[in-house]
Amino acid sequence: MSYKVLVVDDSKLARMVMASAFRRIRPEWTLVETANAEEALAAVGTVDIALIDFNMPGTDGLVLVASIRKSHPGMPIALVSANVQNEIIGRARELNAGFIPKPLTDEALAAFLSGATLRLKRAAP
Amino acid sequence: MTMDADQLTDIEQDALAEIANMGVSRAASSLRQMVGEQVLLSVPAVKIVTRQAASRLVERNNAKKLVAVQQSFEGPFAGRALLIFPEAQSLELVRSIVGDEHSLEDVIDLEQEALAETGNIILNGCLATIANVLNRTMRMSLPSIIRGDGAKLFEANETNPGGQFVLFLYIDFNIKKRNVHGFIALLMDLPSIAALKGIVNDFINGIENQPPGHVA
Repeated sequence: MSYKVLVVDDSKLARMVMASAFRRIRPEWTLVETANAEEALAAVGTVDIALIDFNMPGTDGLVLVASIRKSHPGMPIALVSANVQNEIIGRARELNAGFIPKPLTDEALAAFLSGATLRLKRAAP
Repeated sequence: MTMDADQLTDIEQDALAEIANMGVSRAASSLRQMVGEQVLLSVPAVKIVTRQAASRLVERNNAKKLVAVQQSFEGPFAGRALLIFPEAQSLELVRSIVGDEHSLEDVIDLEQEALAETGNIILNGCLATIANVLNRTMRMSLPSIIRGDGAKLFEANETNPGGQFVLFLYIDFNIKKRNVHGFIALLMDLPSIAALKGIVNDFINGIENQPPGHVA
């Protein structure tokens, strides 16, 4: 099964790093790249999974996760950030979102995607 | 505001150095992961100095033209974290992160972008670790890039009015295979001596009160 993944990060380099990891671990999946919350909200209706940077100009990643949650309560979402403060990770958990630390590793991304795949399969048997 | 380092006891100075060490060590391990090569680190130094003295420390053994990625933070301490290196090495650092398969044109195109994101990852990791160790929360700005000499990097400005004296923590890093070297520096505006002592003593008491077998 191939899924469509929304990647939200204001940094082009960060999106390149993410795309490169997907080429290694889920080459058949499709990525939709956006650089801010507005673009992300316009695109979120067409995707299965969302990976969202925290520290972005304008709307931050946690606020974006909260607004996506309202319309997509079951979508697998992860906050991706180098801001590994307990408070940030805790707020992601409260929104039923995962947390993937930067620098991104294939292992951390693959672990989240395996869990996400399971949830999606269970939701749509 | 002026302040005398002697007002901190030995154990308080020691604890400050240790807290800073945890932050910069996290930063160095992030850098190592991003460049995929060994990053050598000096022993971190903690000093209470004037801004001028801080800029002289950074310029020592370095070219005058420096580039820095900086992030401001607010919380138990307010200040700035900086990733600093000689401007001439900026492209080599970017290349070591994006990979050698990219052309020089690509690397030049990506320079600002790559520096900002690299700084963001390294400095956020450092500050977040310190916040977690102190059991406090810090707010961090988006990264910005400064070019200039040490004085320009450390000057007080509208967003960082700060006092004359700063708590200055720095560590040298050296990516041996790439011949890239630089600094990770934390510049903290000094809170009142009482606030500083309070934060550090909470940390010290936390260590002393850990149950046996606890792993930090």
